Amino acid sequence: MRFTPTAEQQQLGEMVQRFLSERYGFETRRKILDSAAGWSREVWSKLAELGLLSLQVPEEQGGMAPAVVETLLTVTAMGKSMLLEPYVSSAIIATVLIRELASARQREELLPGMAAGERIAVPAHFEPGARYDLRRVATAARRSGGAWALKGRKSVVLHAPAADMLLVSARASGAPDEAAGISLFAVARDGAGVSLIPYRTLDGISAAEVALEDAPGVLVGEEGRAFPAIAAAFDQGLAAICAEAAGALQATLDTTVEYTKMRKQFGVPIATFQALRHRMAEMLMHVEQARSMSYLAAMRAAEPESRERRKALAAAKVVVGNACRFVGQQAVQLHGGMGVTDETAVSHLFRRLTALEMQLGDTGHHLEQFIAASAQEGA
Amino acid sequence: MELTFTSEELAFRDEVRAFLAMSLSADTRRKVLEGLEVSREDTLRWQQTLHRRGWGGPNWPREFGGTGWDPVQQYIFEEESAAAGAPRLLPFGLKMVGPVIMRFGNAAQQKRFLPRILSGDDWWAQGYSEPGSGSDLASLKTRAERAGDRYLVNGQKTWITLAQHANWIFCLVRTDPAAKKQAGISFLLIDMKTPGVTVRPITLLDGSQEVNEVWFEDVEVPLENRVGEENGGWTYAKFLLGHERTNIAGVGYSKRELARLKRIASEERKDGRPLLQDPAFAARLAQVEIDLMALEITNLRVLAAEAERRAPGAEASLLKIKGTEIQQDLSELMMHAVGPYALPFPREVMLERSGGASIGPAYASPLAATYLNLRKASIYGGSNEIQKNIIAQMILGL
Repeated sequence: MRFTPTAEQQQLGEMVQRFLSERYGFETRRKILDSAAGWSREVWSKLAELGLLSLQVPEEQGGMAPAVVETLLTVTAMGKSMLLEPYVSSAIIATVLIRELASARQREELLPGMAAGERIAVPAHFEPGARYDLRRVATAARRSGGAWALKGRKSVVLHAPAADMLLVSARASGAPDEAAGISLFAVARDGAGVSLIPYRTLDGISAAEVALEDAPGVLVGEEGRAFPAIAAAFDQGLAAICAEAAGALQATLDTTVEYTKMRKQFGVPIATFQALRHRMAEMLMHVEQARSMSYLAAMRAAEPESRERRKALAAAKVVVGNACRFVGQQAVQLHGGMGVTDETAVSHLFRRLTALEMQLGDTGHHLEQFIAASAQEGA
Repeated sequence: MELTFTSEELAFRDEVRAFLAMSLSADTRRKVLEGLEVSREDTLRWQQTLHRRGWGGPNWPREFGGTGWDPVQQYIFEEESAAAGAPRLLPFGLKMVGPVIMRFGNAAQQKRFLPRILSGDDWWAQGYSEPGSGSDLASLKTRAERAGDRYLVNGQKTWITLAQHANWIFCLVRTDPAAKKQAGISFLLIDMKTPGVTVRPITLLDGSQEVNEVWFEDVEVPLENRVGEENGGWTYAKFLLGHERTNIAGVGYSKRELARLKRIASEERKDGRPLLQDPAFAARLAQVEIDLMALEITNLRVLAAEAERRAPGAEASLLKIKGTEIQQDLSELMMHAVGPYALPFPREVMLERSGGASIGPAYASPLAATYLNLRKASIYGGSNEIQKNIIAQMILGL
């Protein structure tokens, strides 16, 4: 048992931290947030230059996969800085989807460009009414001649406006909630039959509703058999969200501790009040428990599908989700009026934590997932 | 980074498991697993069994007759022992006064007291709290005055766990009433058979007599029974409080109780189905199970840091708070699992005195008592509020 990263992993983690603290400070980030696109291609290129977009790319395409600990450290650092760029969507989930499903030729065609930061792909999987159910895919795939045409609607597709390519799940067979029959398609974001309703999420991420009206798609992997890879890719995404949250939670606690030491009322720093000290001690416990589960999620997500993997990832998101809610809400509370203004870091962190709790399954969803996996254990 | 045990650690776990399977009596195991009271004899017999195997001091260094196990091995041992239904080893000698004597005692004290802890010949009690001194321990009033080659001890200690079984007690006493609170305290080892020592049991809310008041009236204690410097006792007390760390979270114990809770909830019926399948109950149970999973990893992180000598210290407070919250949650869920049969309170069944039949299901008998009893967990060993003060001060720097 070992919790210390190797020297190389440590170096990589420190490099990411250094880069983000020098080049992605709060004011810089705000400018990016307020820009029309809501993300920075310059930052994205720099992430590519640092090799961070190739962590999940296989060695044959010049990457570092599986790079479990490297990914964990990288995303945790990004969580601290509240990165606005499509790292988890493109460099993790979409990369894993292509890695796991695509033919050798497709991998060669797609992955090097993504690793170089020249091409951004994001998953367009969830649909209106499906909530967080990975299996529930109603989008239809129809073959005509040698080509596929897709018809359906994808909801809350994070970073879709930034993407060059959407990885769209659709089915040519099977019931709407059946794993079998789901295929994955590469669709050009500005291609025919693709229309976006772009918007920002509550934490400022650029996203869109995507409508597909006989949009041409290129099949990635075998027809009807994409689900295991989709589940694996979203488990990696879930682990990444847990790591991102661990970073954001630590930043939220740190900024709250600093604020209460500085802010004076009744002639003394408010950090001297026991009610507040205890609240921050409770916040710390949530942060540490969430960090522990971000480790577990990272390790398990890289393993083959099993009940243990599902239980661990569901459990991780429950602990992380509870932490996001408690730490986020209390951080705002302890900042008083300043906590509800747009100008403080804590309100941005709170919004990010709120979004992270809701992404890829909220706490209630994953509690149910955990119970379902446990019930199978007894059967 | 690696969250699984190494092959050496797994081999060690198998060795411990095999020993437990072979050496633990079926009767003791059953009492522990069913949550019934474990007798003085059960506890001592188990200590002696371990001692014969050379495992009497799982947390002690070899030079004092211990196993020399690293923190991860100690953790594995505790976890396996809990899972197998072994009685809890007495912490008062092994984890409290033993390490203090090793660190601050003289050679004569080490030779005299340490082997008798390992062999189970001595049962120690901890004499810290007083009626007016709980969380504010340094305000203690029990006095020890010099009288030639001895001290005369007068005062009252309280909440002394299992003092009725003990033959020795280690006490914090005030040797310099004029000094500042912490500065005038000494650490004395007192033979409970000395004239003037009176033990009075306190009946607790679950009907048990687990703790006691201990009175000292002109009790003569030889100077040689003082550990370390006169008036230096506070340092030793703090060392002791920070020492019991590897098992403060009680992960092994809680895993065992979780398994018991699941057994009970699969027996109990609600709407004709196992209670385990009731959505509201399942959600509460899952939440505790998940908290425990996280605590286990947090605990291992703290141990790993300790093994790498990056001793984190105050993280023990986090483990104590979360660990006791989970213990309490589990006992509460277990009591609720049996519904109305949590109410009958057949003390004789719990003690197995009458051999009488239980009123509801046999597993229901001790559940309410355990729930009531475990309210102590967030109070003892530095209340959870004190632990939050420690986290705020030591980790957050507030």
